[in-house]
Amino acid sequence: MKSIMPQTTRHTLRNGLTVILKEVHSAPIISWWVGYKVGSRNEPTGKTGISHWVEHMMFKGTERFPAGALDREIDRAGGQWNAFTFMDYTMYFETLPADKIDIAMEAEADRMANAIFDPEETESERTVIISERQGLENQPTFWLAEEVRGAAFRVHGYHHEIIGDETDLRSMTRDDLYEHYRRHYCPANAVAVAVGAFDSAAMLAKIESLFGSIEARGAPELFARQEPSQQGERRVQVERPGKTAFYEICHRIPNAAHEDWVKLKVLDNVLSGSGGASDNKTSRLYQALVKTEIAAGVGAMIVPTIDPYLYSIIVTLRDERSPEEAEDVLLREIARLQRDGISGEELSKARKQAKAAFAYSTESVTEQAYWLAQSFVLDQEDWFDGYLDRLTGVTADDVLDVARRYLVPSQRVVGILQPTDPEAEGD
Amino acid sequence: MTSYTASIPNEGNINRVEFDNGIVLLIYENRAVQSVNITASLHAGSIYERPERSGLASLAASALLTGTQQRSFDEIHASLENIGAELSMRGHIHKLGLFGKALAEDLRPLLETANETLRYPTFPAEHFERLRGERLTWLQYSSFDTRYRAGKAMRQALYPASHPYHYGTYGDEQTIASINEADLSLFHAGHMGPDGMILVIVGDVDSEDAMQMVRETLGDWRNPEQSGVTRADFPEAPSGTERQTVLVPGKTQCDISMGALGPARGARDYLAAQIANSVLGEFGMMGRIGKSVREEQGLAYYAYSHLGGGHGPDPWIVSAGVNPDNVGKAIDSILAEIERLVSEAVSDEDLADNQSYFTGRLPLRLESNEGIASHIHAMESYNLGLNYLSEYRDMIYQITQDDVLGAAQHYLDPTNMVIAVAGPEPDGSAAESA
Repeated sequence: MKSIMPQTTRHTLRNGLTVILKEVHSAPIISWWVGYKVGSRNEPTGKTGISHWVEHMMFKGTERFPAGALDREIDRAGGQWNAFTFMDYTMYFETLPADKIDIAMEAEADRMANAIFDPEETESERTVIISERQGLENQPTFWLAEEVRGAAFRVHGYHHEIIGDETDLRSMTRDDLYEHYRRHYCPANAVAVAVGAFDSAAMLAKIESLFGSIEARGAPELFARQEPSQQGERRVQVERPGKTAFYEICHRIPNAAHEDWVKLKVLDNVLSGSGGASDNKTSRLYQALVKTEIAAGVGAMIVPTIDPYLYSIIVTLRDERSPEEAEDVLLREIARLQRDGISGEELSKARKQAKAAFAYSTESVTEQAYWLAQSFVLDQEDWFDGYLDRLTGVTADDVLDVARRYLVPSQRVVGILQPTDPEAEGD
Repeated sequence: MTSYTASIPNEGNINRVEFDNGIVLLIYENRAVQSVNITASLHAGSIYERPERSGLASLAASALLTGTQQRSFDEIHASLENIGAELSMRGHIHKLGLFGKALAEDLRPLLETANETLRYPTFPAEHFERLRGERLTWLQYSSFDTRYRAGKAMRQALYPASHPYHYGTYGDEQTIASINEADLSLFHAGHMGPDGMILVIVGDVDSEDAMQMVRETLGDWRNPEQSGVTRADFPEAPSGTERQTVLVPGKTQCDISMGALGPARGARDYLAAQIANSVLGEFGMMGRIGKSVREEQGLAYYAYSHLGGGHGPDPWIVSAGVNPDNVGKAIDSILAEIERLVSEAVSDEDLADNQSYFTGRLPLRLESNEGIASHIHAMESYNLGLNYLSEYRDMIYQITQDDVLGAAQHYLDPTNMVIAVAGPEPDGSAAESA
């Protein structure tokens, strides 16, 4: 395969900031990311949603860049910028024409230490975030996801949605937010990534000059509670007005650093087809559920996480088909996989799809930078550069082995979204 | 570093060929990637269907990939998925859109499958019934989606039933139930053909090789039954404010969709209208609307405006998601910003900011194969000329404050808009406002 990925270099500043650089000169663009190793995973009860709210407050200004100033600056430069909070991390990024990248770098250095958290702005943002949650609640599948995650994780922070519970969004104070910011936003808990059209030595010097003077603090102790082992299958049912039923089945899987994670990724490719073409109609689950007209759609999710998480399959039922029918089929497919494993043809397809999907997902500097930032959060230095080799090194025996060890009833969480008659609402 | 000016797609580096069957092929070599993208369009959108068959064009587009004279459903999809390729067809209002993606080494099988599915579909009955069921499930689910319902109500009020834009491309439960396989075959025979087809190929390919592949696949396609091109007229603009309320039980939040008739892509004041839209609801954090509704009042997570611009009078839309108690306040704030836009010229700073924004973002939009293909397709489809992107900067900087004000006044009038709200049972203010 032609390499579009020149050498990645890693550096650590004296204050603990990790820097990852990759020159890509195919377009006059630079993508600049700063990521913090804190997310909803690290939130105690009463503070759910705080990481995401802090992310919003980072757009509310510093002394140097008042609220709204950077929105205009970045747009004026023809760039894009945004941020997102995940269970394990919070990421901020700007992608700009290469000759305009300084403003983004200065902004991230400034708000790593100098965000204001104005009390009035905090209150105004409280209603914005509650509105964001209410918008999510308008989707029935949000309620299902929230209940399933809550059932799967009784103790660990993965149990609540990233947006947080409304009761916490109403009760948290400006000082709670500021304390969370001051504790977690420091160089030793952060990574800065640049990918694009620059000279690495000059870029590193610029980063050093902007970030080097930020106070060095030790990496914060992150709030995290270990989930006790699951003692048997768990089930939840959600009822919402509507006409469409959904069925979700999850199995506990290891974290991204574990050698089995990539084997489960290949297993998922065979089962659901995700990771290859966008709509995999030859996958086992499409053939068994959609082609047979039980489901209108089926999808799966396997995401790399710091702690053990879930491999989830979700089925959208057709009218007059029941979740029980979907479950019967799914369990039969899992049993078949555990009995017979996968064919050589399926393995070849998974490998080719992995190669294609990796090529597609790394063609922009923004996507490459995200991959590299993620490698820091996951403590996996070669997460990006070694990803394809790891994936294509998986054998059919590996897939059979992980199917037998992880897709087991005792480690299963099942959720059903049962639509209720909208006319009966409130009766 | 690659010279950016030289790499902007233009008539010097786009290879354009007109085939004698009417296909226009445009190829752009992008050696920075490992993949190839094909983007194509045919004159076979929902504008060619009758209202009682609403949804036919998009169903026919999806059904192209369910079986051909040569191969079964499974064989077609195995041939794509075994090489990690994607191929999809989608019915829009004016056109059928085709999108394909593969590793560059697999351009030939991708083109062969595109050719076969476009020309020789058999619309197998069992797959048609499956597709129909999936579409009905989607429509049922969407009937409980507040954003979908608000947008649909706005569209139906803005365009009369005699206008093609009154109807969604996905149809409704009644029309989808009435369509049969024969309708698909007739639609295919009457509207899918090479005349007017635009095919763009972008990626790590050699132009001569790609051209030869197209010649060997789609080059001999003929369809003497293919109909002529239909255009959409401008309907009457709303007179007075028309309010629509859609109750969707069990929801927490209301969606607001406000609409007016916007310019077609080829309109003289299209770019000025785009700058007006950006000032109104895009630039920075969702423009003036975002500043008022989200930043200053904290009423909504999203509140923005959008101006599409295609072959006909697409709507100029303002969307917001708000708590039912805040619907009236949000609508009033949005109308106040529209009133300001049509009564005051934008400031020097606003104009300069947006000119810089429009020109500065071009490199980002041209980074991916998809972005490049989309721009090349638009240049051809809207007769903008292949040097449009090279001349774009000058066009943007020639726009004046009067141009922006004129475009806003041409299309927007806060006293003549459609305002649709979808959400839970209103508990006071929402009902009155909506």
